[in-house]
Amino acid sequence: MDITVIVIVVIVTALAFDFTNGFHDTANAMATSIATRALKPRTAVIIAGVLNLIGAFLSVQVAKTISSGLVDETRITPTVIFAGLVGAILWNLLTWFLGMPSSSSHALFGGLIGATWVAAGTDAVKFVGLIGKVLLPAVMSPIVAGLIALTATYLAYRITSRGADATVKRGFRRFQVVSGSMVALAHGTNDAQKTMGIITLTLITAGLLPPDAGPPFWVVLSAGVAIGLGTYMGGWRIIRTLGKRVSDIQPPQGFAAETSSASVILVSSHLGFALSTTQVCTGSIFGAGAARRLASVHWSVAGQVAIAWLLTLPAAAVMGAVAASVATTGVIGTIIVAIVLVGMAAGIYAASRRRPVTAENVNDVPAPQPLTAAV
Amino acid sequence: MVINWGALGIVAIVSLVIGVLVVVLASLALVGLSTREPVDLDPVSADESPIIGRGGSKLSPTAGTVVATACLLGAAAIVLYGLYVIVF
Repeated sequence: MDITVIVIVVIVTALAFDFTNGFHDTANAMATSIATRALKPRTAVIIAGVLNLIGAFLSVQVAKTISSGLVDETRITPTVIFAGLVGAILWNLLTWFLGMPSSSSHALFGGLIGATWVAAGTDAVKFVGLIGKVLLPAVMSPIVAGLIALTATYLAYRITSRGADATVKRGFRRFQVVSGSMVALAHGTNDAQKTMGIITLTLITAGLLPPDAGPPFWVVLSAGVAIGLGTYMGGWRIIRTLGKRVSDIQPPQGFAAETSSASVILVSSHLGFALSTTQVCTGSIFGAGAARRLASVHWSVAGQVAIAWLLTLPAAAVMGAVAASVATTGVIGTIIVAIVLVGMAAGIYAASRRRPVTAENVNDVPAPQPLTAAV
Repeated sequence: MVINWGALGIVAIVSLVIGVLVVVLASLALVGLSTREPVDLDPVSADESPIIGRGGSKLSPTAGTVVATACLLGAAAIVLYGLYVIVF
């Protein structure tokens, strides 16, 4: 296939992934703010969308995380990147349909690893980098975030027990606007850059940019707009899971969860650890839920989320591998993969319309019953 | 394979300190602001009561506002530092 055509295909697919990344992860920043009614659902997604767009312009540190260390970039082609993106998008759509807060970053890593494995062989995948950079932070970060949120929530309830109830509730709701915004901004700086990294890498492999080039302005702008629009669309299914199905989150818990998430994400990206914002935020919400009353957490939902996390990387890898095995056969193969992607995406969307979750009904879930829900 | 456990430990400890500190400051600020609520407070006894050595909710409204302002400024400083970390 003409090199410029496949490059355009990869860029469009990368921006499509960025869009799914946005609506998949709206819940990270805003699920608890929406659940505690600190923000109206529509207001929350507008704020999160704008801050994701701004975040995309603030930093370029993470952009290289994706392009170095996981796969041998000298041995992959734009077609392989395309196949990896297809795997990541399909897994993101599937988990969104099921309302599961799985990691978009792991879906992207998995898709790329699977596609590279099939197209360039096992030794083009850097497994050591995979364990140190992805798997270990994946296991540790939600636990650390959960413990911080647990401690913070416990202290928040202890301290404010001496305060006036109305002031405390109103105050925590207002603080949540700030804490949720910080998470949204941190998310923009992290996740939008992953797509920028992919597009830049593609332009370099196609010889359209010199090696070691940073992302051009139009790449930063388009990635920021794609993730901002995706965030604005609101992944209401996942927002409902995190805000209402995990536990009946109250304003002090929401604030503690968002503050814990923001501090873990910011400190770790400052020290160069690429971790999944989704897993950190989910861990925080479980920690904050458990601090008020252990039995108020729906542990069955926790089990489902854990399974989704474990499956994300291998499942996206398998999809990426299948896509790569077809796409690398030639032009027709690539077209077939593109058609299958569009078809499956349309199918998942159509299925979601049967029982839609929207800004209007996102909070309409019976609150988990304490004690009876305990395992 | 080398895993930088030290750096991972630093991430965990620094995040814990910052996260918990912000929430504690915010909570203390709300306890301070609660003194401005007329509901639970008898104005006469509050004016007469010594501020030091009493529970947080028994602070006078003025002292409560001062505590709240100090705590909020502390939390705001940490948030601004967070923004600084994001941008630079």
